[in-house]
Amino acid sequence: MRFTLQEMRTMIARHKRWDHIFGLVGMLCLLLGILTLVVLFGQLLLQGMERLTPEFFTSFPSRRAENAGILSAWVGTVAVMLVTAMTAVPLGVAAAVYLEEYAPRNWMTAIIEINVTNLAGVPSIVYGLLALGLFVYQFGLGQSILSAGLTLALLILPVVIVATREALRAVPGSIREAAYALGATRWQMVSGHVLPYSSAGILTGMIIGLSRAIGETAPIITIGALTFIAFLPNSPVTTDFPFISFKWLMDPFTVMPIQMFNWTSRPEEAFQLNAAAAGVVLLVMTLAMNGLAIWLRYHLRKKIKW
Amino acid sequence: MNTPSNRLAYKPLRHIKERIIEAGLFLAAFMSVATTFAIVAILVYESIPLFKVVSLWTFLTDTQWTPLFDDAHYGIMPLVAGTMVTTAVALAVAIPMGTIIAIYLSEFASHKVRESIKPVLELLGAVPTVVYGYFALIFVTPLLQKLMPELSGFNMLSAGLVMGIMIVPYVSSVSEDAMRAVPMHIREGSYAMGSTRFQTATRVVVPGAFSGIAAAYILGISRAVGETMIVAVAAGMQPNFTLNPLEPAATISSYIVQVALGDLPHGSIGYQTIFAAGLTLMLMTLVFNVIGYWLSRKFREVY
Repeated sequence: MRFTLQEMRTMIARHKRWDHIFGLVGMLCLLLGILTLVVLFGQLLLQGMERLTPEFFTSFPSRRAENAGILSAWVGTVAVMLVTAMTAVPLGVAAAVYLEEYAPRNWMTAIIEINVTNLAGVPSIVYGLLALGLFVYQFGLGQSILSAGLTLALLILPVVIVATREALRAVPGSIREAAYALGATRWQMVSGHVLPYSSAGILTGMIIGLSRAIGETAPIITIGALTFIAFLPNSPVTTDFPFISFKWLMDPFTVMPIQMFNWTSRPEEAFQLNAAAAGVVLLVMTLAMNGLAIWLRYHLRKKIKW
Repeated sequence: MNTPSNRLAYKPLRHIKERIIEAGLFLAAFMSVATTFAIVAILVYESIPLFKVVSLWTFLTDTQWTPLFDDAHYGIMPLVAGTMVTTAVALAVAIPMGTIIAIYLSEFASHKVRESIKPVLELLGAVPTVVYGYFALIFVTPLLQKLMPELSGFNMLSAGLVMGIMIVPYVSSVSEDAMRAVPMHIREGSYAMGSTRFQTATRVVVPGAFSGIAAAYILGISRAVGETMIVAVAAGMQPNFTLNPLEPAATISSYIVQVALGDLPHGSIGYQTIFAAGLTLMLMTLVFNVIGYWLSRKFREVY
């Protein structure tokens, strides 16, 4: 078949039109996603604004919506996050260091690697069931801050491991060789050089992991967290010797997302406003953590030149 | 004495310390394997008592799920149906949107647009799911009711739609990585033959990256199957054996949440059923993952 020049031109134009159409569709899809985010935040803010007073942060939940606040919820969230960070970060970093710096290439390593990938795909509610059976009943930790913290730590462990491995991999091999050349042992090389140089990347992974843990509701409900808590956990600082108490670890608690869920599931309109206000606080916390992580990653990439 | 030969001598203590540290690090890495074993063991162990009372056949074929009523029925199918319907609605949003966004970001957008939009898009996946649930119930459902006045206050459609938006960044970022891994010279070959951008993207890049794109879809499916709070808030929590997304229904995960919200004594029938439900959920995710693994093996392109 032969085409005249004119026919070919129209054909090219016709095919090129698809480029423009697809470009538009792509833009629209992106805009739809971003618009959802904006509408979501705007809607929450619009509804919750009037409840976002200082008293909202310093009052316990109450049967009267206008007096209710999130004091026990945010204290609970902070306490649970503390346990989660203290468990997930050392464990995750240690696992990543093993996989990147120590692991021999054998079937055991392969199994561990496959497992880390698979665990990232396990639904979060299954972690809740694991914790209910294992931590709450088998280990007898009860429905406590400790149980919740450990559950979320297991949940974010894959996130921390993957991020740490990436950070470790970014340290060039020449640094390791230099350390060995000066007679360092493997652990001296890792602890003195590789870990410090990758600390910012590890920090980013930790923040992303915690920002995920902070919004997790289902596993915490599954282990049996209460939805109505009108008291605070025991104080970690006491007046008697030794001045530090770990009693709070075993206290019952509630967290921000559970408080929000509780208010959302009530029929009264007034509680919906509380839910929106709690949602704003929760969303600001998560977005701030994610923003920090993005900023850290961006500046890291610019700053480090090996 | 601190002579050089002394300093270079073999130090058994240092050697032992190194071995201990290595063993400790190995244990930390082994935790992931232990967790997997613990999950399977706990789910099986805690649901065995239920299967002593209810046969597996009844569990899979009974069409009612009312384990906590006097007239108890133990058919998991209504919960599985709810899970499938919400997942299907979510995927109907997430797969087209995620794929289009991935193609756009990988093949059409400038470097600057990509670098500035991607982090914002990924925030969609970071929003706490309970917030999405609230959004579905308070904003999306009333919006849908304006189009469909007979829609009930709780329905699977709005939960599924919002869930789909949540999954978009998971699908798009994994697919985009796969598309960007397609070597440049293959695209150049396509352009040299006179293809347009769109033709190159759909006929060269997407088929070439299909194994990675399949993995992204599977990741999206796993997310949707296991998602809990959006459904628990916006789809109602009544087990309802239906495939109609306009109706309210419970999913496997929202049933677990509903039971866990109440008083749950150790070893009670409610306690056993949530583990049986969890086991079903776990097996469903496993099936999808095996399919995904097989798909990505089958379509893997080696460059």
